[in-house]
Amino acid sequence: MADIAIKKKRPKNLDLPTIRLPLPGFLSILHRISGAVLFLLLPVLLWLFQQSLASPETYAVAKAVTGNFLVKLILFGLIWLYMHHFCAGIRYLLLDLHKGIELEAARFSSKVVFAVSIALTGIIGAKVLL
Amino acid sequence: MINRIVVGAGYGLKDWIAQRATALVMAVYTLILLVTLGALSPSSFEAWRSIFSNGFMQFMTFLFFISLFWHVWIGIRDIWMDYVKPDGLRLVLMIATAAALIGYAGWAAKILWRL
Repeated sequence: MADIAIKKKRPKNLDLPTIRLPLPGFLSILHRISGAVLFLLLPVLLWLFQQSLASPETYAVAKAVTGNFLVKLILFGLIWLYMHHFCAGIRYLLLDLHKGIELEAARFSSKVVFAVSIALTGIIGAKVLL
Repeated sequence: MINRIVVGAGYGLKDWIAQRATALVMAVYTLILLVTLGALSPSSFEAWRSIFSNGFMQFMTFLFFISLFWHVWIGIRDIWMDYVKPDGLRLVLMIATAAALIGYAGWAAKILWRL
């Protein structure tokens, strides 16, 4: 009976915009959002891949499309989403192996994921898009 | 006491493992591709094409695509199951997702087999 009384006093807040997500939570939802966005853009990416490989003429088309500044900006964003999904995924594989499951370690590794994925995006983006 | 009624055979373990196995394949492929691109810096059609027409890379790229589509199936299906409650709509979305992914697999095979 005692715990029921305590439960009744607890405030419930399911109003999402007012909840401040800790970094591991933000990493988690971004993992899902990045996966969904990459899925939605799969046909565009497959089309681009096809154009780049089919013939010298279609390669030129792909080159022209990716030469556009706006497209470059979008691709830069997609590289970040991919690298975030990649790094966060490796963190999850380690968590599956019970590596770094303590609160402090998990918080730290989420910071590492953001730092590494942003750094990799900068390096790869500069190499591929500039 | 845990008193769980066990019926059926599917508890998602197969999907759980598949999601991680396909992730590993894609992670390894991503590293191979990044190292290849970093080493060769392809700047012409011939150089770009020769990366993927190489037998090993052709095999690995196809393996990547199949892993990707399988991985996407599990992830997107989870999203539909989490957020779409009406059974009919959920079923339609799942079928549409599966259909798209099977189509993409054929498309990816066509792209790679012509090299």
